[in-house]
Amino acid sequence: MSASAYVQLAGLSKHFGEVKALDGLTLDIAQGELVALLGPSGCGKTTALRALAGLQELDHGQVIVDGKDITFQRANKRGMGMVFQAYSLFPHMNARENVEYGLKLRAHKTAADTRKSRSGELLELVGLSTHANHYPHQLSGGQQQRIALARALAISPKVLLLDEPLSALDAKVRTQLREEIRRIQIELGTTTLFVTHDQEEALGVADRVGVMRNGVLDQIATPAELYDRPKTAFVAEFVGLTNQLKVNVSGGGFEILGSKVKTLAGSIDSGMGTALIRPEAFDVKANKNGNAKIISVGFLGALCRLTINLNDGARIIAQLPSADCTEFTFGSPVEVSLSAKGVFVKGI
Amino acid sequence: MKPTWKVQLWRRFIIATVALYLLLPLYSMLDFSTKPFGLGSSGRTLASWRVIPSQPDLFLAIFRSLITAGIVMLLIFFLIVPTVLWVHLKLPALRRPLELICLIPLAIPAIVVVVGIAPLYRWISINLTESPISLSAVYSMLILPYTYRSLSAALDAVDINTLAEASKTLGASTFRMMTGVIMPTVRSGIMNGSFIAIALVLGEYTISNILNYKTFQVVVAQVGRSNGNVAVAVSLASILFVLFLLLIVPSKKRQREILDVDID
Repeated sequence: MSASAYVQLAGLSKHFGEVKALDGLTLDIAQGELVALLGPSGCGKTTALRALAGLQELDHGQVIVDGKDITFQRANKRGMGMVFQAYSLFPHMNARENVEYGLKLRAHKTAADTRKSRSGELLELVGLSTHANHYPHQLSGGQQQRIALARALAISPKVLLLDEPLSALDAKVRTQLREEIRRIQIELGTTTLFVTHDQEEALGVADRVGVMRNGVLDQIATPAELYDRPKTAFVAEFVGLTNQLKVNVSGGGFEILGSKVKTLAGSIDSGMGTALIRPEAFDVKANKNGNAKIISVGFLGALCRLTINLNDGARIIAQLPSADCTEFTFGSPVEVSLSAKGVFVKGI
Repeated sequence: MKPTWKVQLWRRFIIATVALYLLLPLYSMLDFSTKPFGLGSSGRTLASWRVIPSQPDLFLAIFRSLITAGIVMLLIFFLIVPTVLWVHLKLPALRRPLELICLIPLAIPAIVVVVGIAPLYRWISINLTESPISLSAVYSMLILPYTYRSLSAALDAVDINTLAEASKTLGASTFRMMTGVIMPTVRSGIMNGSFIAIALVLGEYTISNILNYKTFQVVVAQVGRSNGNVAVAVSLASILFVLFLLLIVPSKKRQREILDVDID
């Protein structure tokens, strides 16, 4: 457990009948840091967040925030701000009243004019100061989640908890709001735990991303490290796209497509294995005598995705800048090589 | 988009039909209650209305029925509503059993209920009180299906658990969460259930009559046996009285102030 950690989740366990939602989860979050928990459905990420919020009782473990053990403290005493996946604005209150709600409940009731100015600041911060008198049914989904964010921040929370707050929104609003959350989080320096099953969301906003599986963290690292140097096969496969190619590992590396590539830590030491290779790790050049043929070209905007059949029969997906794909069509002969510094290889 | 003339015509026809359906009986009551006594008489008279104040027991019966309705309202607010909310929030496994229990009064005819509770009320009238207000106990059971259904529908329309959790993380105690967030959110359900309950209590006849309690409806029926015109006048007056009650029901804002209790 790190001495500098502001939030410490130590050995959290929670069973729902036979199902292990948390199985000794340990996680440290530094002050002002945004950590995203990423994982498939049922991996325990939401249970971990709810345990930190005080909405989920634990079988075992300890929750420490700012050096204080709050494991048995009630949710309404913890001072956590939370934004939920479902729209959670109080329908009988307008936007301003929703934002002021937490302030009204403070132990030393905040004065009305202070509350008003604070709610005004926060509505301004989320860009909805003109909607202060709107009721939830008069707001779009994105606006409702912004108000929910302002409401959570109004109480100056010790930790901001985001439980898949963007999953009910359409793609464009999701991206906008994601960036806005990050901007506000950096501006206010609020320690934040963000739970999501969307890897793009997690990698896009977090200082560190923890990948969860079966109630434990498989790996926690910066987005770049997680993507480039996964420590387990699960992380390599769950985060980003991977091509799976059979390789023979020896001496901490393997040969493929004429290149010698090192294996990443956690890979098998020797013998036959499956290399998990990112699509952008391939170099593809037009070559009449090349080692592969193009099967299809998919345009993704700035990037293009190529489906390629290698001459040895394997099929791979490669990703290149769109500008480099213009000469490729179905059947184009190409030379494929690998430019990755390290690749994770799992046992067969 | 502006509705076509056909749609507008159809809407007006429906409104007119419903208005006719509701107002025709009231007009008929007014017509009957203002007809003079005796065959061959013509013209209009308010004689039946003038004798209402002199009817024995009538005002006492109205008073008792209103007190009974008030007690039933209190039971709804302080017993039934919190129980239903608690089961929805904390004990979802008990939702089905509770629904079943609440629907039982609907399945059992009033006459069967009265046969079952008659010995109990005999004991109550001998040992505790002879006041018809004691009927509020059995009425609060009879109104369960209506109160539960309207409350349950209001609860199902919103994600009550998320609202409760949001309120808690913002610092609300369970009491503040219930009174400040949950109850105002399902206010329409509580109000609808309460109005139906009041209507049922003020209109109930079978149980009070068989148990020999002089409630409003029982007295109206007794008046009707001796003078039909007066009975109809009293019934119409009671309908107008309930309408008046509904009109003076707190405005939305005031309802919110009532329910959003501030204990700080």
